[in-house]
Amino acid sequence: MHDYTTLPSTGLPTLPKAPSGIEGLDEITEGGLPLGRPTLICGSAGCGKTLMGIEFLVRGILDHDEPGVLMTFEESAAELAANVASLGFDLPKLQADQKLRLDQVHVDRAEIEETGEYDLEGLFIRLGHAIDAIGAKRVVLDTIEALFSGFPNQGVLRSEIVRLFRWLKDKGVTTIITAERGEGTLTRQGLEEYVSDCVILLDNRVIDQITTRRLRIVKYRGSTHGTNEYPYLITEDGISVLPVTSLLLNHAVSNQIVSSGTPALDEMFGRRGYYQGSSVLITGTAGTAKTTLAATFAHEICRQNQRCLFVAFEESPQQLVRNMQSVSIDLAPYLANGLLRIEATRPTLNGLERHLVTLHKIIKDFKPAAVVIDPISNLISVGNLSEVKSMLTRLIDFLKVNNITALFTALVSGRSLHQELTEDGVSSLVDTWISVRDLEGIGERNRGISILKSRGMSHSNKVREFLVTDQGVQLLDVVVGPGGIVSGAGRLAQQQHEQAQLLTAQQEQQRKDRELERRRRVLEATIGNLRTEFETVEEELRRINDEELTRQQTLVRGKAQFTQPLPLQSKRQSNS
Amino acid sequence: MDTEEWVDPVEASYVLHLYITGATPNSTRAVRNIKEICEHYLKGRYELLIVDVYQQTGLAQEEQLIGVPTLIKRSPGLVRRLVGDLSDRERVLKALGIIVPSA
Repeated sequence: MHDYTTLPSTGLPTLPKAPSGIEGLDEITEGGLPLGRPTLICGSAGCGKTLMGIEFLVRGILDHDEPGVLMTFEESAAELAANVASLGFDLPKLQADQKLRLDQVHVDRAEIEETGEYDLEGLFIRLGHAIDAIGAKRVVLDTIEALFSGFPNQGVLRSEIVRLFRWLKDKGVTTIITAERGEGTLTRQGLEEYVSDCVILLDNRVIDQITTRRLRIVKYRGSTHGTNEYPYLITEDGISVLPVTSLLLNHAVSNQIVSSGTPALDEMFGRRGYYQGSSVLITGTAGTAKTTLAATFAHEICRQNQRCLFVAFEESPQQLVRNMQSVSIDLAPYLANGLLRIEATRPTLNGLERHLVTLHKIIKDFKPAAVVIDPISNLISVGNLSEVKSMLTRLIDFLKVNNITALFTALVSGRSLHQELTEDGVSSLVDTWISVRDLEGIGERNRGISILKSRGMSHSNKVREFLVTDQGVQLLDVVVGPGGIVSGAGRLAQQQHEQAQLLTAQQEQQRKDRELERRRRVLEATIGNLRTEFETVEEELRRINDEELTRQQTLVRGKAQFTQPLPLQSKRQSNS
Repeated sequence: MDTEEWVDPVEASYVLHLYITGATPNSTRAVRNIKEICEHYLKGRYELLIVDVYQQTGLAQEEQLIGVPTLIKRSPGLVRRLVGDLSDRERVLKALGIIVPSA
């Protein structure tokens, strides 16, 4: 089942262990039960002590080829076989194959008359015979305390039981001894005093009308072990213990990208989507379209011809399909052709562990490429915070190991526990965290989407406003106003405001242009005037000049006449 | 006690199986005790089989043995199992349904 050689080795010699084969138990015990030593399993009625014992034997036979002996003091072999047949354990076949031996020890007080000293050598011989007959390595004694009702001589019994455990140890068989829980003690007859190697306590508790079975390792001599109480389940495949932190973080990763189904949202991621096999968390307050985003993603996965499992804790499949149709996300065809599977349950229907196991089972059968859980915050109504946390851890680990992309939605309401759930509990587990929130503005609410984190790729730091329209989810461009992001009516106002500003600026420009034009015209007019004036002056000057010239010429001519002799005059005078 | 065991105690012949484990003190005591009882009270009308379970380990399961030594009274009457070395004679006789002649 599991490969324990991959466990980190400390280099120091460790206690040899026998893998129990019980899912999860080997992880808590760091390898299994102490090899060749007795282990006490105690618990109240209905805890599954016998089942744990039988599973230990059956897994030992099937997985490790270690034959086993079951000595039962309470139920008959036929009863046991019938009880565990529903878990797929075929005891009669194992018996026929000489891998398993059943020995029912019938203890009836009324039939036994004590007539003197005795010991329980008969039990030893029976056990020895059974062990030797098939070479058994594992032994289960269920429930040895029944002897106390049959044999009144407690002193003999106790010393014989001590001798039996010692004898089993010497035989080198790994033994499980089951015992009923006592008042104030681990076992009714104080068997824990005699079994000192490993004691496992099973507990059955009802909290808020939901039963949870828990397992705790009270002691494990010579080995470290998980010390918490671990919830466990009795499932169709046997016992499943749910350890929280023991899964190793060494799963393979994918470099493939899956789209979120909303192109604009993809744009916000550096690599245009989520990594395949990563886990995505969408948190938001009530009515911020978390489910719509989740359905968009599911739709996208199916559109890529891959299977998607949608676990709805709030809506029925029909309701979900109808509601999503209103925003043009048509899930019905994929539901019909089997690509999409919607599992709708109420969280309170089962305990957390049952939910987890149910999911495991569906995922194993359906083999989806993506799983959507809407919403995980509802699970808190079933368990307390740490339980939900541990369940989700385990679920996320399981999905990651199987390279299944997971998308969870979670309701947050500000200051409540849910916030813690997402912040402390889950957010460290998820790779991508998208926050959807109300951007409350002037008399209205708008939705804003932002990416809080995205492991392994760059992402936009912008808060984008998004609308759920008839055509699905649409992201709007960011509008930044003087007071930060604006959205909705504020966005419109901001846009109008900007437009008005633009218009004003344009008008101002035009006005300035006109002013310049006017100035130029004034300038040109002035220049014209000056030129006219100049021409007038020039004309005047030219006229004066001409007059002067004419005057001087006249003067020159006059002078010449005066300086010359006047022949004409004398001639005229002589004639007279 | 059961009345039918007292039907015919004097006449009835006894079939007794004693299961022991080798030569342990309890076993040897048990053998000695049962032989005494048989010789004393059931002379001539008993059949005693002493089985060492170590020799036939499979018998332990078949006969539902837990405590050893065990004496199983097959007949007369109901099968009864007596556990111990049979040293508490009063209880042994009572359990076997042997009437002690008041002497």
